[in-house]
Amino acid sequence: MMSRTASMAAVVRAPAPWRPYIGVAPLILFLVVLFIYPIVDLLWLSFFDREGQPSAMHYRAIAESPVWLSVMLITFEISGWTTIFCVLAGYPVAYLLATSSEATRNRLILWVMLPFWTSFLVRTFAWIVLLSQKGPINRLVSALGLSDAPLELIYNFTGVMIGMVHALMPLAVLTMLSVMTNIDSRLRSAAATLGARGGESFWRIYFPLSLPGVAAAGLMVFITALGFFITPALLGGRRQTMISQVIIVQVQDLLNWSFAGALSLVLLASALLIFFLYDRLLGLSTLSGSARTESDVGAPSWFGRLGATVGARALAAAGRLCDLAQQAWERLFPPQGGRPRRAMARLVLWLTALTIIGFLVLPALIVVPVSFTGGRFVSFPPEGVSLQWYDQYFGSSAWMEATVRSFVVATFTGALSMLLGVPAAFMLVRARAPAKAGLLALILSPLIIPRIVVAVAIYIVYAKVGLVGTSFGLVLGHTVLAAPYVVITMMAVLKTYDERLDQAAASLGASPWRTLTRITFPLIRGGMIASFLFAFIASFDDLTIALFVSGGLVSTLPRQMWNDMLLQVNPTLAAVSTTMLVVITVIILAAEYLRRRATQS
Amino acid sequence: MTPAKTKLRTVALSKSYGPVVALVDANLEVREGEFVTLLGPSGSGKTTLLMMVAGLVLPTAGEVWIDDRLSTYSPPHLRDIGMVFQNYALFPHLSVYENIAFPLRMRRRPEAAIAKEVIAILELIQLPDVARRMPRELSGGQQQRIALARCLVYSPSVVLMDEPLGALDKKLRDQMQLEIKLIQRRLGITVLYVTHDQEEAMTMSDRICLMNQARIEQIDTPEDLYFRPRTVFAADFLGDSNIFRGRIDGDGRLDGPGGLRVRGIATDARSAGQAATAVVRPESVRLLEPAEAEAGEASGQVDSVVFVGGFARIFVRLADGTLIQAKRLTHAAQRVPGIGDTVRLGWPAAATVLLEDARP
Repeated sequence: MMSRTASMAAVVRAPAPWRPYIGVAPLILFLVVLFIYPIVDLLWLSFFDREGQPSAMHYRAIAESPVWLSVMLITFEISGWTTIFCVLAGYPVAYLLATSSEATRNRLILWVMLPFWTSFLVRTFAWIVLLSQKGPINRLVSALGLSDAPLELIYNFTGVMIGMVHALMPLAVLTMLSVMTNIDSRLRSAAATLGARGGESFWRIYFPLSLPGVAAAGLMVFITALGFFITPALLGGRRQTMISQVIIVQVQDLLNWSFAGALSLVLLASALLIFFLYDRLLGLSTLSGSARTESDVGAPSWFGRLGATVGARALAAAGRLCDLAQQAWERLFPPQGGRPRRAMARLVLWLTALTIIGFLVLPALIVVPVSFTGGRFVSFPPEGVSLQWYDQYFGSSAWMEATVRSFVVATFTGALSMLLGVPAAFMLVRARAPAKAGLLALILSPLIIPRIVVAVAIYIVYAKVGLVGTSFGLVLGHTVLAAPYVVITMMAVLKTYDERLDQAAASLGASPWRTLTRITFPLIRGGMIASFLFAFIASFDDLTIALFVSGGLVSTLPRQMWNDMLLQVNPTLAAVSTTMLVVITVIILAAEYLRRRATQS
Repeated sequence: MTPAKTKLRTVALSKSYGPVVALVDANLEVREGEFVTLLGPSGSGKTTLLMMVAGLVLPTAGEVWIDDRLSTYSPPHLRDIGMVFQNYALFPHLSVYENIAFPLRMRRRPEAAIAKEVIAILELIQLPDVARRMPRELSGGQQQRIALARCLVYSPSVVLMDEPLGALDKKLRDQMQLEIKLIQRRLGITVLYVTHDQEEAMTMSDRICLMNQARIEQIDTPEDLYFRPRTVFAADFLGDSNIFRGRIDGDGRLDGPGGLRVRGIATDARSAGQAATAVVRPESVRLLEPAEAEAGEASGQVDSVVFVGGFARIFVRLADGTLIQAKRLTHAAQRVPGIGDTVRLGWPAAATVLLEDARP
């Protein structure tokens, strides 16, 4: 009798409070060991001198030397201008995408996504070819007789700006788009029926509602730009040295890890400070695409009210200006009730947006013709046609080893990321657990914290345990960056999955495991393959982690390209770039296709 | 009384999206102060018609006249219309005051006049204290009224409403129907209203424009539409109906299925021997006592009896299997026919309405 009551109690007992966290635990544990601990360790290290004595000497050095101060200023200046250009040029593209039909949007968004995922190295290489003194742009300029001397487009601020805006604009567009697609299109219709002309309904209604997206895009671009080193190193001159480049030199050439730690802390602190300010002013919830609400912010501050008043005036003025222009137009060409009108504004928007999308997509393509050149140097237009540089690429054991390693590492990274990320995504979507928001923030933070900081931190930990220069170490490091992509993609897929199908299976007698393998997985297969491919690309394309962890012995494809590019620009790079371009494009198109199919049903 | 001025007129208005036809040949006229409802199932073209009047969708063919001005392709802001959207489309970043002031600002009214008119219209909709609030701080019913106020404040020629009560619960919807109707009468506004709810259409409209499969089926007052439907669709869509096919002979006698017959029908142009479709509303059909006789009669066995509170539906199966429904008010003391009983049904000749044959 007693024992029976006891066994009943075992069945009746509510699940333990830690139960919902089982799915997310492995990923969190992984991140604590390979992400949190290394970063804390790196920052801790920065408070010791070279002899291991506690000291603030590094921070004193940073504060006192004008060199470091100017590096910081340059970093902020480049990031600031990049942000401004990205948002200004990205806005029309995002606006066109947001206000087009869904079919048009899906077609256009691929052209924004592709450069986003195409290797920074390939794109930077393309700009080196395009912008060089004897490059196609300068040839065109002199052929047209626009300038006697070749334009200085590269190894200066202009080169860095072109490269960085090109690299980060897709991020700005995608961030703004997520807010803009949430703006109810009927609001514009309502404004029109209430008597607002196009310009006025844009400035008074649409633009203010899209501002949270603009702010979020600015934040994402700025934070990402802070950690850049590829573009300034390859397209900039001495005076465009950014903080990440200095960190690399400190770690790799001077072996001054603790000073690198101090610089990393400064970089990290700047990024976090900007996040903090953003959260204070606008609220972080705008980052996820939801519009800001008054209750999030509380009562508007004096500053906020002033801003609102000035802003409202400015918007009214902008609207009025557009209105006057349109009125003048209407006076010249009076609208006729009996005849359809041409949508001039829309036409202008299309032209602008397509020009910008062309800027995003076309430059990378120049590597294709260059790779088939018959000449001995990189040149455009190519001299004759030959496959010699592909021979060179496929015949070189160094290149081939790097290529094979990249594929192997990316495959294992994808697998490990899925193993950790899929259960985490299930838990984050389905479980009712109070700590969910915090856990998600932790999981996504590797995407937001400057990658160079993560790389240096992992490198120092690896150096202690002997993982530097191993493929295993590379897989672990890349998984820190790739797992968040798996979690984001899988969460999006699972949110559209009807959980009642699982409940139906359970009610029909299927165990949880059989439900998962017979019902859930087959239904979300497309989304899972897409997640894997995104993780694959994140690893395949990474230079930052590989730069440190590969330790100069075990090279990956991006690492090999970087070394070559620093030494000398040669046509083999074009052949490699073309190969990468094709591989990545095919994978992204496949992943996008599968993801869309998975989230549509 | 002189006939009221025509405020809105569509002439042979059509819209197709590629091969999909959304509206064909719509001719509609709305007079000043009139409340006209576009009623029909989803996909019948009612919203398309409304959107073309608003200028938010451009027609493929035909004309739109607003206040005697050809406006087929005019941009919405030059049409002098007001529109209440399904989800209200209140501007979420503007206060209630600014929302209502918006159309006045677009018309460059002086600030003092704007303040006066906004306050006056808030009084009218009985929400004088919400001017400073943001739209999301209001209940659904309040948002609905603000949306209405926003398009009444500048007295447009025609007010268009696209299922404005769709998002409200039943009770609030009934209340808002009466309220909108009251304001409309008081101000003498011209309204073109879209709904798929026939009760709503009956309650509010002066005339109903019934739509089906991209065409206007019938335009009439609610009463005429109910009691004198012209087509099978109209008879079937509104309320309950007994629809049957029969044959008319020389002296206005209609022979239907299963021994059903009606005498003394006004046969107008229909000649003897013609097939015809007719409708009888269940509430006109009653159970006959053995000695009684009626112009329309049928007999059969009771198939089922359904109590619906205040009334009961009695389904009677005729000899050939046709079901005829009778609706009658229930009394506690009344004898109810049992299932399987043989009964006689009867109805007056005037309650039998001949319908046009289905469109070819």
